Amino acid sequence: MTAAHPVDSDSIVQMGLEGGAAPGRGTGGPASKRVYVGYGFWIFILSDMVMFSAFFAAYAVLADATAGGPSGRQLFDLTNVAWETACLLLSSFACGLASIAAASRNALWFHIAMAVTFVLGAAFLGLELKEFAGLAAAGDGPQRSAFLSAFFTLVGCHGLHITAGLLWLLTMMAQVAAKGFRADIMRRILCFTLFWHALDIIWVAIFTVVYLMGKTP
Amino acid sequence: MNLLGRLGWDALPLDQPIPMIASAAVALGILVVLAWVVIRGYFPYLWREWLTSVDHKHIGIMYTLLAMVMLLRGFSDALMMRSQQAVAFHSQGYLPPEHYDQVFSAHGTIMIFFVAMPFLIGLINFVLPLQLGVRDVAFPTLNSVSFWLTATGALLVNLSLGIGEFAKTGWLPYPPLSELTYSPGVGVDYYLWSLQISGVGTLLTGINFVTTILKLRAPGMTYMRMPMFCWTSLASSLLIVAAFPILTATLAMLILDRYLGFHFFTNEAGGNVMMFMNLIWAWGHPEVYILVLPAFGIFSEVVATFSGKPLFGYRSMVIATMAICLLSFMVWLHHFFTMGAGADVNAVFGVMSMIIAVPTGVKVFNWLFTLYGGRIRFEAPVLWAIGFMVTFVIGGMTGVLLAVPPADFLLHNSLFLVAHFHNVIIGGVLFGAFAGYEYWFPKAFGFRLHSGLGKAAFWCWFIGFYLAFMPLYVVGLEGMTRRMQHYDVAAWRPWLLVAAAGAVVILVGIVCQIAQLWISIVRRVQLRDVTGDPWNGRTLEWSTASPPPAFNFAVLPQVHGPDAYWATKQQAKEQAQSPRSAPEYEPLETPRNSPTGFVCAFFATAMGFSLIWHIWWLAIGGLIGAWATFVVFAWRDRTENVVPVQEVARIDQQNLRARSAALTAGAP
Repeated sequence: MTAAHPVDSDSIVQMGLEGGAAPGRGTGGPASKRVYVGYGFWIFILSDMVMFSAFFAAYAVLADATAGGPSGRQLFDLTNVAWETACLLLSSFACGLASIAAASRNALWFHIAMAVTFVLGAAFLGLELKEFAGLAAAGDGPQRSAFLSAFFTLVGCHGLHITAGLLWLLTMMAQVAAKGFRADIMRRILCFTLFWHALDIIWVAIFTVVYLMGKTP
Repeated sequence: MNLLGRLGWDALPLDQPIPMIASAAVALGILVVLAWVVIRGYFPYLWREWLTSVDHKHIGIMYTLLAMVMLLRGFSDALMMRSQQAVAFHSQGYLPPEHYDQVFSAHGTIMIFFVAMPFLIGLINFVLPLQLGVRDVAFPTLNSVSFWLTATGALLVNLSLGIGEFAKTGWLPYPPLSELTYSPGVGVDYYLWSLQISGVGTLLTGINFVTTILKLRAPGMTYMRMPMFCWTSLASSLLIVAAFPILTATLAMLILDRYLGFHFFTNEAGGNVMMFMNLIWAWGHPEVYILVLPAFGIFSEVVATFSGKPLFGYRSMVIATMAICLLSFMVWLHHFFTMGAGADVNAVFGVMSMIIAVPTGVKVFNWLFTLYGGRIRFEAPVLWAIGFMVTFVIGGMTGVLLAVPPADFLLHNSLFLVAHFHNVIIGGVLFGAFAGYEYWFPKAFGFRLHSGLGKAAFWCWFIGFYLAFMPLYVVGLEGMTRRMQHYDVAAWRPWLLVAAAGAVVILVGIVCQIAQLWISIVRRVQLRDVTGDPWNGRTLEWSTASPPPAFNFAVLPQVHGPDAYWATKQQAKEQAQSPRSAPEYEPLETPRNSPTGFVCAFFATAMGFSLIWHIWWLAIGGLIGAWATFVVFAWRDRTENVVPVQEVARIDQQNLRARSAALTAGAP
């Protein structure tokens, strides 16, 4: 498996261990690299969620501060949001397939699944930009009111994460194409899939708190 | 469109002699150091061993050095404020208001973000993997990136001295003052971007430490066997992970207000100013504990080591630490009782603020009981620890006073508050950092710091602190508000003169510290410690050589109980043998150096600077450069260096011989 990269520090660390003890739990010494890389990335995702919760809090405080301008009920188009949601959730499914393909070291299916993930993610981004552009063109940009500032920031921050994720996705495809399923690249794929799924969770919260609750009286 | 954005010759403060002379002196100093490095041919060494190093020990030392240099900058701001208030009675003093405002804003920003934070993060970086008995932090290259992003932030803050201006809003840029309408210059932008960039570094550090502590520990190092410093580092890092994203989000909102005309905190269009106070203190109060918890850990180590006793009440100490970690998120509103949230809300936060003093009190008693009956060696680290206990308790009690909402309505924004938080931050955080610096210096460099000058520095700081800040309690009670550029109340004058004298005594303390470092380096041969265990330590960092080899431990230590190295030594003494027999060595891997952090900081600096001055093309270039740096890093094929087995054996045998000699000689 690690023919291209024979010296992996996990194996060295683990060689020094007596069998049976659980690594990373205090009894058996340090955890393997795959475990702690994923673990560290989980911690990063948690911190990202905290950042989003600050934006959610700001949105909740400012949701009614429309300054005489339009509220969410007038502005939101649930059809567009439904398509966005469909694109994003399906892209996550494709991303899951990509990680299965990577686990079985199938480069072809990995690239196909990642490409589908990319296309769906980009479609999501396009729909979001269309919504933003429409609002701005109608004079309901983020400068209109505190409510719209908070809306654009919260939803836009998610969109920015998607953009960064798409860039990361392309570099992951390029890394696999250039270097194969090396151990460190496999770890990065793990982190990328965690990231992509986490963005789904945040989207579900945005979908609920911003769009559904904003639309219902 | 202007290619250089807002940047022009008028950015240089040519009409203000103080910043011009200061920045010219700093620039000259940097040039001299650079020239010295290049002429003496040190640059390749510097690049190889330090700038591109991903070794946690080197990164920790660089963090600490950054903090100490920035301490000089922050302290010169303090001297300016104290001297201004000493002379500005019925007069304008020598600092015009717009300059004085920058001085106190820069002082607070620098002291918190670029002194206290990097000092403690530096110490954690250096000590944590050694105490856990492992070879590095979880993510060594990320660690280097974190350091360099912090350095970028520090650089940007200092650039504002000579190019443009710094914020005039205080160390937390409260809107609406910090909004574009009232602060149209680049000052607030310098503040925002330097903190955003260094904040990313801090967050990554927090993630790194949490992962290291929870997932990378020596075999047998269960949670309840971890040294106290590891526990407090864990609590502090968890707080970083949970609190710094709030700071990032809050500052991002202010950036959007200033750059794109959003309305988060503006007076118009429904903006909510008090939301800023809530958000910033939801980060800001945990930040207080991010700073002080590692210091608590240092005192725990120091007190146990120099009493020759295990830490009293280890379990209660762990529980107190984690209780503080949780409670620190539930008290933020006490920073603005005057917001007028109502008696019930204020009462809840007042009570919570008093409750958080309880676990802190538990800790103080634990340290006292550790000292009680111990055979205390009054070395400099212990002096800092005892000075801390006295000072911090006073600061804590004035904090409890401020936690009473009716009292706070009178004391809010007064110098009483200023005296209180300096009482806990200097007496807690800074004394802790200095104790840690004295305590671990021999581990980092293989020789001790000069003892006499260290003690002199302590006494100057200790006495200077009381002289400088006790008067501020008095003038605060007499109604003097903070941040006053001049005043006409005769009753305040004598107290402010005493405070200025106190600042001078602290200055003598700092001079002692510089002299101590200088003389210790000159006399390093006499001060050499070959045992690797100069204080008769209890924890694993003292079991390896000083300075430790790149891989820290030739063989990962097996931990069988708390105070792991103490137990090993006791056993070895009883059986009159070396601490452990020569094991089977294996070739070891150390992470390969990488310029990623340095290059990334270069682009981050370019990006931050151009965002401050609205040089958009350069900002985009910086962003692309930073991204490209990571892609290049991802592409590299060799990530580790192998230390051959003979080398491992040679280094470890040397360490074992030194240790056996020390043990058989009965020393230390």
